[in-house]
Amino acid sequence: MSIAAEALKGFEKITPKSIPLVEPLSRGHRGCQGCGEVLALRMAAKAVGSAMIAVSATGCMEIITSPYPQTAWEVPWIHVAFENTAAVASGVEAGRKALIRKGRWADDGAKVVAFAGDGATADIGMQALSGALERGHDFTYICLDNEAYMNTGIQRSSSTPWGAGTTTSPAGKKSKGQTTWKKNMAAIAAAHNIPYVATASPAFHLDLMNKVKKAITVPGPAYVHIFSPCPTGWRCAPEDSLKTARLVVNTRIFPLYEVIDGRYVLSRDVKKPKPVEDYLKIQRRFRHLGPEDIAVIQKRVDQDWQRLMALVKATNPEASAE
Amino acid sequence: MADEGLVPWRQLALGCAMPEAGSAKRFNTGDWRGRRYPVTDREKCIKCGLCWIVCPDMAYLPDEGAQGFYKWDSYYCKGCGICIAECPKQAIDWREEKEEDKYGPACGS
Amino acid sequence: MARRVGLEVSLACAEAAKLANVDVVAAYPITPQTHIVEHLAELVADGHLDAEFVPVESEHSAMSACLGSSAAGARTFTSSSSQGLALMHEILFIASAMRLPIVMAVANRALSGPLNIWNDHSDIMAERDIGWVQTFAENGQEVLDLTLHAFKVAEDARVCLPMIVNMDGFLLTHVIEPMYMPDQSEVDAYLPAFAPQQRLDIAKPISMGMVGMPEVYTEAKKASLEALLGSYEVVKEHWAGFAKQFGRSYKPIESYRAEDAEVLFVTMGSLGETCMTAIDELREQGVKVGSVRIRLWRPFPVEDFLAAIKGAKGLIVIDRALSPGVPTGPVATELMSLLYAKGLKVPVHNFVAGLGGRDVTRADFKKMLDKAREAFAAGGEMTCEMVGVKE
Repeated sequence: MSIAAEALKGFEKITPKSIPLVEPLSRGHRGCQGCGEVLALRMAAKAVGSAMIAVSATGCMEIITSPYPQTAWEVPWIHVAFENTAAVASGVEAGRKALIRKGRWADDGAKVVAFAGDGATADIGMQALSGALERGHDFTYICLDNEAYMNTGIQRSSSTPWGAGTTTSPAGKKSKGQTTWKKNMAAIAAAHNIPYVATASPAFHLDLMNKVKKAITVPGPAYVHIFSPCPTGWRCAPEDSLKTARLVVNTRIFPLYEVIDGRYVLSRDVKKPKPVEDYLKIQRRFRHLGPEDIAVIQKRVDQDWQRLMALVKATNPEASAE
Repeated sequence: MADEGLVPWRQLALGCAMPEAGSAKRFNTGDWRGRRYPVTDREKCIKCGLCWIVCPDMAYLPDEGAQGFYKWDSYYCKGCGICIAECPKQAIDWREEKEEDKYGPACGS
Repeated sequence: MARRVGLEVSLACAEAAKLANVDVVAAYPITPQTHIVEHLAELVADGHLDAEFVPVESEHSAMSACLGSSAAGARTFTSSSSQGLALMHEILFIASAMRLPIVMAVANRALSGPLNIWNDHSDIMAERDIGWVQTFAENGQEVLDLTLHAFKVAEDARVCLPMIVNMDGFLLTHVIEPMYMPDQSEVDAYLPAFAPQQRLDIAKPISMGMVGMPEVYTEAKKASLEALLGSYEVVKEHWAGFAKQFGRSYKPIESYRAEDAEVLFVTMGSLGETCMTAIDELREQGVKVGSVRIRLWRPFPVEDFLAAIKGAKGLIVIDRALSPGVPTGPVATELMSLLYAKGLKVPVHNFVAGLGGRDVTRADFKKMLDKAREAFAAGGEMTCEMVGVKE
């Protein structure tokens, strides 16, 4: 089963010299100063291009791009509700498929791309996502993960990292913030055996854009999970947006990889990881954590990295034969 | 908040859709800026284009008049400073801006 | 040339969707709608219907997928009941606001709790305000006919609203009835291909589902409201066209032996047929009773209703659902409010009957008539009672 491998033969990489100029997302949107999520969205949209039908969940990206009468979308766009992005995208895909097959619509090569936040994906939208992935619709689902329900005022999601302070997982005399570990949506997507899954960070824009381009190239469902810094919600300086997006990768907290036809491929082997403290200390949502808490996080990050390495080894048997 | 309608109801598009793509371009997000804005020293600039790539508000565009350089757009820049943080040559720096000068010079001057 | 068939009503509903050449069916099974979607899946699997059958993982996703499909310009159909309909609730309002002409068959079934798979109207009464056009079928032929009619009305450029055809669960869906099955050429003459007013198209990019700021929400609602009210004329026009093409006429309000009736039953759905049989028996005993059956539920055909009840000295309104906390059932409450608005002091006696599949028999109609006549004679406050409650 090598659906992705077949489709990616002859894949033309986006290089520094060939970054698409097109901006399917227009200027004038109402993202916060330094919003890393809208930057990630912009990059992803550039990689897809104008032949895109965008489906958005309720959330930051939808709100900042569509306050009537101002739309920042230069491509056809539909928003319905919070938890059903994958279902709406399924419908758009099915509708187009039927119309094209029945000869009532010329195949214009438009790609159906769903954009949803971590809340809309890992929590309220998980059922719809799972259904769409299982049914094998030809679409790309991009989760823009800013690690909380930011649009409604920084409430926790299952994507909020352990120890992070949010309004519904606040640090207090009896609490150290979020008490559970971040749900691994990329793993959940991969468990549906879809041809292409990837993680990305806007600090590595070529990697991000190429992964989105691969996602839309591969037939069937593709899932891309993009780490999206939120200075407003994480309480860091707006100019540090990409600094956090870089540190999160270089501390191994958010590894960059792809799962291509079930094969784990590391995008960036972080050989000399920075200590997690470097990442945590520049965001006030982690300010309340003491050295012992940071040690817990470091240990977990190390364990998760080892687990990822094991998966890479296990799914690339030829490589480990060396 | 609003005590009056914006558009007569008969003039709304079907389902309150917006047929004019990218109508947000009219919105002056540059108005959100505080009292400083980024200025590029073109002597230091190596034309890498990172400022263009990393701006969440697309406030940099290729400078048609000066090939390889990027022109800053005061109308959209929110003053976040990511470009300043990310420029590999530290070629971009803050300049103080008075309210009345908000719609001031493009970068390079 | 139409052929006369004996067919389970659910299958007739599915056949209507097939004759309408739907493009997408996104549906989730729930008793008693299951045979509708199963038959559609079969029709697609055997190549009789060229459509995408999307076996979604919940009704919420079914309606969501329908919105996406309709927005892409595809003729879209689904079906649900009770809990499934309730699960779609938030999306139903959005469908009409976004003016997407989805057609849905609702196999009316009681809402939990307690869990009950049998027929009443509580599921659809909870969806009165969703802004969809809604009709009620009374028998198998009507299910088939009203489903075809629904596509024509929903997709009409003057309407562009989603539409529900109600059919009683089990009492209609699971019975085999004789009906005329039109052939494809007749249906094609009546119902052309879907030509969307707007769609998701990269050649003409539009944004659908924007944030409706306070400065625009009121006007957006007004626009949808006017569309729903305006659909009344279109509903009638396409019933007239239906009669011309297929020979069967439908009206927003149907009357039975109402011209000289002193007292009128008011019903919706298949109960109306039991009622008509009871009326025949009562008439034989010299009782001047008739009935008025509501076929078009939304938008409510006020003038047709008032014309139909003219001259009646009392109305016996049979509700198939409760409106807890309100003195009368949902249908009675609406009728009484419109009578009041018109300054008409027609006495109304309200019964809530047939909840959760409890049978309503001809004998029950006679009992209801007797009680109502007593109440009318006594004058005084108009009341509501639940029928057949075991004390």
